[in-house]
Amino acid sequence: MTDHSHQSEGSDAGNEQAVAAAPPAEVAAEETAPGGHGPTHREDERPSVIHQILAGGALMSVLAVVLALLIGGLLIAFADEDTRAASGYFFSRPSDMLSAGWTAMRDAYVAMFRGSVLDWNAPTFAGMIKPFTESMVFSVPLILAGLGIAVGFRAGLFNIGAQGQIIVGAIVAAWLGFAFDMPPVIHLLVAVLGGAIGGAVYAGVAGVLKARFGANEVIVTIMLNYIAVYLIGYILKTPQFNPGRTGQRSPAVSAEATFPHLVPDWLLPNDFRLHWGFVMAVLATVFVWWLLERSTIGFEIRAVGANPAAARTAGMSVGRITIITMLVAGALAGLAASGQVLGTERSLTVGVAASFGFDAITVALLGRSRPWGTFFAGLLFGALKAGGFLMQSLTQTPIDIVLVVQSLIVLLIAAPPLVRAVFRLPSPTGRPRRPRPARTTTEEVTA
Amino acid sequence: MKLELQGITKVFGPLVANDHIDLVVEPGEIHALLGENGAGKSTLMNVLYGLYDPDDGQILLDDRPVRFKGPGDAVAAGIGMVHQHFMLVPVFTVAESVALGYEPTGPAGVLKLDEARARVKQISDRFGFDVDPDALIEDLPVGVQQRVEIIKALSRDAKVLILDEPTAVLTPQETDELIGIMGELKEAGTSIVFITHKLREVRAVADRITVIRRGKVVGEARPTSTETELASLMVGRSVNLSVQKSAATPGEAAFRVEGLSVVSPTGAVLVDDISFDVHGGEIMCIAGVQGNGQTELAEVVLGLEEADAGRLTLDGQDLRGRSVKQRLRAGIGFVPEDRSTDGVVASFSIAENLVLDLYDTEPFAKGISMSPARVVANAEQRAEEFDVRYTSVQDPISTLSGGNAQKVVLAREMSRPLRLLVASQPTRGLDVGSIEFVHKRMVAERDNGTPVLIVSTELDEVLNLADRIAVMYRGRIVGIVDVAEENGTAGGVNRDMLGLMMAGVPMDEARTQAAEHHSILGQAYMEEDAQ
Repeated sequence: MTDHSHQSEGSDAGNEQAVAAAPPAEVAAEETAPGGHGPTHREDERPSVIHQILAGGALMSVLAVVLALLIGGLLIAFADEDTRAASGYFFSRPSDMLSAGWTAMRDAYVAMFRGSVLDWNAPTFAGMIKPFTESMVFSVPLILAGLGIAVGFRAGLFNIGAQGQIIVGAIVAAWLGFAFDMPPVIHLLVAVLGGAIGGAVYAGVAGVLKARFGANEVIVTIMLNYIAVYLIGYILKTPQFNPGRTGQRSPAVSAEATFPHLVPDWLLPNDFRLHWGFVMAVLATVFVWWLLERSTIGFEIRAVGANPAAARTAGMSVGRITIITMLVAGALAGLAASGQVLGTERSLTVGVAASFGFDAITVALLGRSRPWGTFFAGLLFGALKAGGFLMQSLTQTPIDIVLVVQSLIVLLIAAPPLVRAVFRLPSPTGRPRRPRPARTTTEEVTA
Repeated sequence: MKLELQGITKVFGPLVANDHIDLVVEPGEIHALLGENGAGKSTLMNVLYGLYDPDDGQILLDDRPVRFKGPGDAVAAGIGMVHQHFMLVPVFTVAESVALGYEPTGPAGVLKLDEARARVKQISDRFGFDVDPDALIEDLPVGVQQRVEIIKALSRDAKVLILDEPTAVLTPQETDELIGIMGELKEAGTSIVFITHKLREVRAVADRITVIRRGKVVGEARPTSTETELASLMVGRSVNLSVQKSAATPGEAAFRVEGLSVVSPTGAVLVDDISFDVHGGEIMCIAGVQGNGQTELAEVVLGLEEADAGRLTLDGQDLRGRSVKQRLRAGIGFVPEDRSTDGVVASFSIAENLVLDLYDTEPFAKGISMSPARVVANAEQRAEEFDVRYTSVQDPISTLSGGNAQKVVLAREMSRPLRLLVASQPTRGLDVGSIEFVHKRMVAERDNGTPVLIVSTELDEVLNLADRIAVMYRGRIVGIVDVAEENGTAGGVNRDMLGLMMAGVPMDEARTQAAEHHSILGQAYMEEDAQ
């Protein structure tokens, strides 16, 4: 994999995303939260920011993506040389600028589509479908880490630490992968399991700190991310991990511990990178669905996330659920890491986590923390990543536009009323938007 | 000032909260707006106060149509509102609170607190409010805080004062004082709209009564109507206000509380060395004004909080150190005080809420694998049994009315063999019909031989249900009244005596005082008895 952002950049970009996600979300809560004087005096409760974001349906996600792509398209158009040249004489021939803008936008998105789904210009069938397999490759860590974030969201936990959990999982998976000799299938399973455990333990630290001492999981996981970044930097300088003395890359994991390619060469001779890690992502999605919707643990996770007070009154241990949730979230992030280390990259690099841990937050938000929603959101983001490269090389549109689109998606998801206003959708509460109880601004409410 | 509402209509999506409501409030009149929770009283008043824009109809003040764009306009027009939940800043003084939003300022925006202080004093003296302008809000009892709200409204020259459920948080004695204040204001020419669902108070103070049901005015009543008449009007069918129950047949003392104390993290003693027991087959009510340690007591019984001293035993077993789950499994049924925060998960389906504390037991789960089909089947059966009105058990419980949601909580808690039922405020916010139902179920559980512990701030409820009444005041038990025994004495169990005990007067003294003096509400009560 060609890593477009190395480690420190990745974490910076992620922090910005995290910061960007929070404030608009509060606005959303303010907007839709029922006022003190509900019309029916039903149990009006003020849902948390997370609930506000998750409450919207799949439609809101789709609309947010559409809107973000449209805005991204405008940016592409404005950034285009021809469009800007034509804008110089906009008032004499406006059509020039509009058509140039349209062309730029169309070319960019067509290139993105060709780079991520289907390249109809390719000479062979294998070549045509290769872009989609590339999207799938990119989506593996996004889906798995996204599922971890989603499980956290459902329990009311804002786990920002997937980045660190991926790094620790990757270290363990890689070490098990190259330092030991085991029979084929077993070696892979051990390495994958090790990665999951590594991630789980690292996330578990945050879970225990929260459950036992009330430490805020957002702050703890962010700090753990920094520790992980320096940990991997240190580990890659130790003799065992760094035979080449570059400090950048560990020895390659042994062949027994790698994910086999999903499409065997004899079937479609092409250099597909797609590996069984994708199957692992699908299985993980099924598992998370079962865990959340069909298991007692999921029942507890959802109850604690939706109303911790009621969960406690019903005899659930909120602390225990917090720890379990973080363990599960970390294990999923660890699986994301093993997909990278044992499948895509086949060794441990400084930038192994790229910005997956932070993109995963966006993925979980876009997927409304539903397992299959997260799966498809992960695929979409994988496609954006894969398509971005071809877009950049064919149309000179900077790949950063993909980041802009991703960020816009977060912004829009965090502000459902904005999206509703743009598409003129009715408010989901059935209450009119205007005469919301406008409290006298200076009076404070003490209930 | 004369206030007139003509054809006020307010629609929220499919819900018609107010349906062409007409209301006339004459100057210097106390006009009671009576209706169940959810009948549309508060919506109507929010329209009047400028918080909602009516979809139809108009407001007239002294026969001139007015239009309020917000509470500011309403206040300017002379309408004052005292919300059910006070809008006060705890760390402000009374004068600051009254000035808030309308601060008298000198040059360069300097706050002139003296002016505010003088204003508070003036109003306070005029109506005999006895409020110190420099006291901090958080140090004041609830009744006085309410007076601050009233002063606030009056300081802005309110000619029409809306009191939204003003007595919900008051002791019976504080309620009497409020009624006195309402009388004073009326004398001074202020019109009062008094919103309530408490029949007794309406009869004691109102000049006229308008009854609202499902968003419509269903009739006017005179204060001389009996409570039963008013209740029937309010509910739309005849209701039986008192529960039919046979004499209790108490068994062994099954649940014991000995020397229980709870201290808050800040060091305040919330429950102060209390002891009592509950026998099988009896209903023990913990009476008292909100915030006198009852909440903490209930939480300790369930294990949500640890006691700082004392013992709890159920059927001889010490409950100390047992988790909430273990206590629930041991047969404690718990109906929490605040249904929406502690009783149900709003986003969960009705079916899921019906197994909220049984989800990991047979038959709903095997190991960690749950059976949704069994959860749904159970829900349909329970909902039927407890008369829950629903569309689908898969709908979120937030689609249910308060009464139906409470029935879900009861159905859940009473769906297993109980060895103790603890219910906090089991009928708070419920309509009369649901109250009737809940009371019947409580009595039925008692007749099963279960010890029942009910925490309630509603005297009517306590008097209706209790076999014994423990009155709590500032964390202590003032006295335990045996209803059967007390009914044998001259005065019987009466509201005055319990009310005095709720204010901390020891039982014997309360009995004597109550015999000598009847409060206003007590009189209304006695008149009804005479009828």
